[in-house]
Amino acid sequence: MAERRGPCGIGGFGPAGSTGGARAGSSLATGAELEARARSFGGPANSRWLRLGAMEELDGEPTVTLIPGVNSSKKQMCFDWGPGEMLVCETSFNKKEKSETVPGCPFIYIIRKDVDVYSQILRKLFNESHGIFVGLQRIEEELTGKSRKAQLVRVSKNYRSVIRACMEEMHQVAIAAKDPACSCQFSSQVSILSAMELIWNLCEILFIEVAPAGPLLLHLLDWVRLHVCEVDNLLADVLGSENPRKHESFWKLVTILVLQGRLDEARQMLSKEADSSPTSAGMCRILGDLMRTMPVLSIMLGDEAALLEQKELLNNWYHFLVTRLLYSHPTVKPIDLHFYAQSSLDLFLGGESSPEPLDNILMAAFEFDIHQVIKECSIALSNWWFVAHLTDLLDHCKLLQSHNLYFGSNMREFLLLEYASGLFAHHSLWQLGVDYFDYCPELGRVSLELHIERIPLSTEQKALKVLRICEQRQMTEQVRSICKILAMKAVRNNRLGSALSWSIRAKDAAFATLVSDRFLRDYCERGCFSDLDLIDNLGPAMMLSDRLTFLGKYREFHRLYGEKRFVDAASLLLSLMTSQIAPRSFWMTLLTDALPLLEQKQVIFSAEQTYELMRCLEDLTSGRPVHGEPDAQRLQDDDIETTKVEMLRLALARNLARAIIKEGSLEGS
Amino acid sequence: MEEIYAKFVSQKISKTRWRPVPAGSLQTAETFATGSWDNEENRVSLWSIGDFGNLDSDGGFEGDHQLLCDIKHHGDVMDLQFFDQERIVAASSTGSVTLFLHHPNNQTLSVGQQWTAAHYHTSPGSPSCRSAPCTGVVCSNPEIVTVGEDGRINLFRADHKEAVRTIDNADSSTLHAVTFLRTPEILTVNSIGQLKIWDFRQQGNEPSQILSLTGDRVPLHCVDRHPNQQHVVATGGQDGMLSIWDVRQGTMPVSLLKAHEAEMWEVHFHPSNPDHLFTCSEDGSLWHWDASTDAPEKSSLFHEGGRSSIFLFHSISNQANVHQSVISSWLSTDPAKGRIEITSLLPNRTLSVNSLDVLGPCLVCGTDAEAIYVTRQLFS
Repeated sequence: MAERRGPCGIGGFGPAGSTGGARAGSSLATGAELEARARSFGGPANSRWLRLGAMEELDGEPTVTLIPGVNSSKKQMCFDWGPGEMLVCETSFNKKEKSETVPGCPFIYIIRKDVDVYSQILRKLFNESHGIFVGLQRIEEELTGKSRKAQLVRVSKNYRSVIRACMEEMHQVAIAAKDPACSCQFSSQVSILSAMELIWNLCEILFIEVAPAGPLLLHLLDWVRLHVCEVDNLLADVLGSENPRKHESFWKLVTILVLQGRLDEARQMLSKEADSSPTSAGMCRILGDLMRTMPVLSIMLGDEAALLEQKELLNNWYHFLVTRLLYSHPTVKPIDLHFYAQSSLDLFLGGESSPEPLDNILMAAFEFDIHQVIKECSIALSNWWFVAHLTDLLDHCKLLQSHNLYFGSNMREFLLLEYASGLFAHHSLWQLGVDYFDYCPELGRVSLELHIERIPLSTEQKALKVLRICEQRQMTEQVRSICKILAMKAVRNNRLGSALSWSIRAKDAAFATLVSDRFLRDYCERGCFSDLDLIDNLGPAMMLSDRLTFLGKYREFHRLYGEKRFVDAASLLLSLMTSQIAPRSFWMTLLTDALPLLEQKQVIFSAEQTYELMRCLEDLTSGRPVHGEPDAQRLQDDDIETTKVEMLRLALARNLARAIIKEGSLEGS
Repeated sequence: MEEIYAKFVSQKISKTRWRPVPAGSLQTAETFATGSWDNEENRVSLWSIGDFGNLDSDGGFEGDHQLLCDIKHHGDVMDLQFFDQERIVAASSTGSVTLFLHHPNNQTLSVGQQWTAAHYHTSPGSPSCRSAPCTGVVCSNPEIVTVGEDGRINLFRADHKEAVRTIDNADSSTLHAVTFLRTPEILTVNSIGQLKIWDFRQQGNEPSQILSLTGDRVPLHCVDRHPNQQHVVATGGQDGMLSIWDVRQGTMPVSLLKAHEAEMWEVHFHPSNPDHLFTCSEDGSLWHWDASTDAPEKSSLFHEGGRSSIFLFHSISNQANVHQSVISSWLSTDPAKGRIEITSLLPNRTLSVNSLDVLGPCLVCGTDAEAIYVTRQLFS
């Protein structure tokens, strides 16, 4: 699937690969992304199966995806990997021609793997099966034996019912579609879903139910009945007609019913025939009796040549297989299945055509070769959903333990990671992917960390959801980074209150200091505080950074002053300087704030406090660096400063005098 | 509760709202609206829970809800409210507020009125404005009040193109939700755990009252007012706590109830049966709180398949309104009396339940797992 985004330049792109055609698609963009990133385009990009299962050679030709609009014969392409996506564009590195002819690269193409993720209807499959998947992971490990098996079979049936529901909806949409191309596309999806369910069902019978000889055949019969369902329409058709026995398909129907082992229904049909034509009643009765006494008839129909003549009604080789087993080998053992399956396939195809992927998958299942089933499915199907979920289920049946890959982790995890990465590439389904990563013990965590950072944080609400995911998993680094992004955004938007909140949540002291400085600067410029609702309610969060503490305390001073609690205000002000919480640059402002307190009628600063204030003032003035060439502005500034200092000194001296008198007289009395 | 129907809809649902039934009518809820979020193309949709005359073969009601019509919505649907029977107001992450019209004759939706850039940020250095998500909207015909991440409060009238009143910098942090206390007073909750009351009769940009959680500054995400006792307010926080407030007194909540394990996205008193309350959360749960005192043998037990939950019920402020003849069951300070029964309504834990709405015996909720759940037998 190629999507065109642009127009734009090629900034930010990786090295240009000047060789190789536009090969991309599902078989290419796989493998752990990090490893793949480093690999070159023409390299072993199609080595998935080579690596999986330590197999030596490639199992299938990689599909070639042509990107519309890109001239691959020019061999001027560059690309870069993303998680689940790839960017491709044409380069403008022309050897001979000058670039002024045509701008080489007007578009960047996004190549997505796992196209099915973008189907509206399949989204329902992904969402609904997500719940089943999570439920399966929580199945108590202690459950053993029968109860565990029953539960696993139930889970498998749940998965299948979701596939069926999805298939039915897809079918409805295909019928309703007005555009024939569109309808055709939906129909092909229906057949893919149908094949998925067929394979899953067979795997359920063979690997999960593990039915012994006898019941095995009953399960297989159910399987065939469920999937060769044209007969049900035919049955309704015939029974619904005015005169069923005159219906042109009457005998065809009876034959199919017999082939599917639905003998009761076949007998009922025959009794209809017997009722209406007394001449043939005798024969029908005999036939009916024959059917009731199965062995007789099975011997009769056990003739494989006769069976093969019904090829058209049988539809496919596995139907042939099951009918053949029913009438010739009803007690087939699981271990012998593959023998009959192979010969049925050979007989049915008769050397005329070669087996298709679906045939190979089913055959592998009959051979109890689970890995082959999964491998063939991965190659044949256009999504990771199927193999990921089936493999996980089979793994819970403890069927895959022995199989480890020599890279990454085991096959279950490998496939789940692929599927989850696909979900994360989707703008909306990423939330589902989180739980899949959670249940990948080896690489799940690190994959989640890589993917979660790429989720765009468009609103705070979305950011909160992402944060919750990270916090629940103690991903402190990601939590910090998300909060920081939000804090930066807030600062850019001039929302200092929000910025401070986010840096408090991230426990980011440096950023809290930065925002506090902005607040203090705004105060100095405007003479009043903004965002009082926040600053007044900092609580313990105030301790995050010294500057934030100062901001909170300084505001508290203003509040105390406003409430005319001058003594408290004065000692707070002084302590801000003596404890070194106040930045030195702010001391002059603080001392100036002390002026009105010094000028109050009653004495507020004690003698001792006044000495402290004086020391602060002298510290500040003596430590001042001597400036070089003074300009006019500086001279004026210095002038104001000097006046301020002199006023302060005067006020301090007067206050000291009053304080000494007061304290002396108080102590004296 | 007997039956709850789920339908997967291929979009993450951010909001669900019942269409109000005409005053005095005996009709029950049958139409609801939903909004989606985080999709490449988001939608506002109307659904019908079916014709009540039609019984299915089992004699029950046909369960599925059917799509009536939908319309594209620019940006995430952050909030959704029915303005009246035919009109729906949607708040967008793009900062715009849209009034949609429903045409029942041909089952379509159209845009009736739109206030673009109702919420925006002003950057320090540049004169240009960046849009800010509108996070909450509340309607009381003809007025519409919106709040946003920009800390701004807007008052619109359906027939006015411009905002009737705007309070810039009403809040230094993000406003998460808004509701009417009693016209013209509104109540907002913000991301630092404060509940503020604003009176539109007053000029200036200051709230008439601020209430707040103590200490921890836990963000509040949702607010609802008791339908009959206008001083009783419920809020839900980031830590999943349910707080009950009496706005007439004190600056702290009357009671704090430990509830969900993650953000509580919505809280709703039942409109006609306010002893019942409903909450939903990011943790994927949907709870029914029953505080009716007449129920016999009730205890603060958590009813859900064997799962127990720590349950705190303690009151903070002294109750001064004992003389009142009617004491809300939600303000009861005596833990022994204030028994609340809690039922979990969803069968399985799923992804976040973002929104819920109750009307009569009907409840609808929407999730991030792209499912809409409906039940019509809340009290059976």
